[in-house]
Amino acid sequence: MGKKTLIPIGPYHPLQEEPELFKLFCDGEIVKDIKWETGYNHRSIEKLSESKTYDQVFFLVERICGICSTSHPFAFANAVEEIAGVEITDRAKYIRSFIGELERIHSHLLWVGLAGHFLGYNTVFMWAWKYREPVLDLFEMITGNRNSYAMFRVGGVRRDIENNKIPVIRKILADVKKKTDLLTGAVMDDPVIHARTKGVGILTKQDVIDYAAVGPTARASGVAIDIRKDDPYAAYPLVNWKVITAEEGDVFAKAQVRLLEMYESISIIEQCLSGLEKTKEGDINVVVKEIPEGSGAGRAEAPRGEVFHYVVSDGSNSPARHKIRAPSYVNIATFKKSCIGQTIADATISLAAVDPCYCCTERLAVAYDQKSGRKIWNAKDLIDLSTGKTSELKKNLIQLK
Amino acid sequence: MAVNLFYFFVFPGLLFVAVTGAFLSWFDRKISARVQFRKGPPLLQPFYDFFKLLLVKETILPKQGSPMMFLMAPVFAVFGAVMAGVFILLPLFNITTGFKGDLLVIFYLLTIPSFSYIMGALASGNPLAAVGGSREMKLILSYEFTFLLVIAGIIMKCGQHFDLYTIIQTQQSGTPFIGSISGVLLFIVGIFCIQAKLAMVPFDMPEAEAEITEGIFIEYSGPAYGLIKLTKYIMLFILPAFLIALLMNGFRLNGINILWAVLKVLLVVLLITLIRNTNPRIKIKQAMSFFVIWMNLLAVFALVLIAFGY
Repeated sequence: MGKKTLIPIGPYHPLQEEPELFKLFCDGEIVKDIKWETGYNHRSIEKLSESKTYDQVFFLVERICGICSTSHPFAFANAVEEIAGVEITDRAKYIRSFIGELERIHSHLLWVGLAGHFLGYNTVFMWAWKYREPVLDLFEMITGNRNSYAMFRVGGVRRDIENNKIPVIRKILADVKKKTDLLTGAVMDDPVIHARTKGVGILTKQDVIDYAAVGPTARASGVAIDIRKDDPYAAYPLVNWKVITAEEGDVFAKAQVRLLEMYESISIIEQCLSGLEKTKEGDINVVVKEIPEGSGAGRAEAPRGEVFHYVVSDGSNSPARHKIRAPSYVNIATFKKSCIGQTIADATISLAAVDPCYCCTERLAVAYDQKSGRKIWNAKDLIDLSTGKTSELKKNLIQLK
Repeated sequence: MAVNLFYFFVFPGLLFVAVTGAFLSWFDRKISARVQFRKGPPLLQPFYDFFKLLLVKETILPKQGSPMMFLMAPVFAVFGAVMAGVFILLPLFNITTGFKGDLLVIFYLLTIPSFSYIMGALASGNPLAAVGGSREMKLILSYEFTFLLVIAGIIMKCGQHFDLYTIIQTQQSGTPFIGSISGVLLFIVGIFCIQAKLAMVPFDMPEAEAEITEGIFIEYSGPAYGLIKLTKYIMLFILPAFLIALLMNGFRLNGINILWAVLKVLLVVLLITLIRNTNPRIKIKQAMSFFVIWMNLLAVFALVLIAFGY
């Protein structure tokens, strides 16, 4: 084999909204090997979480990802409620599922737009994002925010969706559905999009199982995993819906799964609205006084796949340990299968097809000196530096006394 | 001599094609914006872009690679484009000089910008630019022959005349070539060739922002990049003008016909803009088979039709 060229995608690259580095080792245009480096965006969320009260952690985990900002509180609430053994009210369940599904719609619309942009199809980009606006407006109407909704708390939700708002919500949803039809038609029937995405970046069923991929990435390869069905939570067991899967495992199948999932989400939201009409207004909270000692695991199906939160409580008002696993973290590993052997053009859209979210993925930052290859700082060094400084300050304080 | 310099630098050369091209570039961007529910740039935005690059921005030279070639490439590109522009526009505006408007000369001059881009890209020493350069090369290999077939079709249609003057005269005294089946086919093939020559979606893989971050132009900045922008403006005017001269009757510059001439240019640019806004970027392999198989077949079919008099 000839000399390989390194084509860097990142740390800053128009393909990705966030910093990360994919090293494509190419022979001509063919990708022969891929390596990736994440860790540009480490924010030590897990450690921060241990210094916050349970109520505050919701606001913290919401900021792990701006796009799927409800899936993390969702999983955290599930985990803490497992420790406390709380069963929330039906109305709170409906509201939670409502927010979760509305978020799925806006996240999938965002991906469709970005995928269009990556393919050079800027019209789809602009249209999808325009159609996403009413969804965000709806969020603002219900929660007061376009993103980071601050809706969840242990034992229920913070705000009610008043029943008099429901007709308006239904109207907006009908509009969103119409726009989704238009977009789905434009994407699914375009022969040039077919030519670009069919047979590209294929993940077989076995690959998905081997790499433990989750979410639409797995469902597009015929693996019907969905936490909402496998480990039902919130209002998902109370409503009728089905898991969307496709068999091909290519980029087109992933787009197809996401587009069709939006219809399921709209249907779930409509059922949640009927559920809200049946339950009593204002009955959204169960008072939880104390979180007992113990540990709990919470899972939620984010738009990108399974979010997993594990919380250990020592009986105090803040978590003793909080472990987070976000979907992109596992999905990124599938690039080894989907990108190698493709051309650069195919590899880039394959990278984008799992809808990677790097701020979900960042858990540890290590810096290397470019010349000597020497490790400069890792997390432990940084902590040592920080604690060293603190102890030095303490020493000075003692001397002053 | 002085009049030749005037032709080259003022009208119909550099100044005229650059200004017209800049306005057409605004038109292209505005239409794209409207298609995408955006507001679009103000009328003078292309000028702001160009003068900002020319006067404000610094030139950063890549550490590796050859700076001389890297900086000369945009200059070659501009000169090639202006040269081609002059030779296309002189017959169009019916200005007679010693030059007869030989189609093959124009054909060769039109390839100079693309070759300059490749030179500049390879001189920059950037791997992404190298990928872009190789893509541009493949693209040239695929569309140039098709473009030559279109020109051959025109030459056959007007009875083995190679000069643009005669081609325009023949159309203006008879019917425009696009008024026949073969003419329509040649127009379709020609518009795709122009799309590829302009490196616009679906044929923008040498630049491919989301894949190789502007590929061939990645290292350019400041005045050098300004010249590349200028070349793009010029090409956006002269290529549609060339197609109009070949197939759509050329320009007639009296009274209301001036309006027709402007409308014809806008129409062709509009078509290009719409194609670029309703398609994703295709892969280089697909572009090659698109031109080498389908467009060539269509062009040859048109040639056969011409031979039988359709």
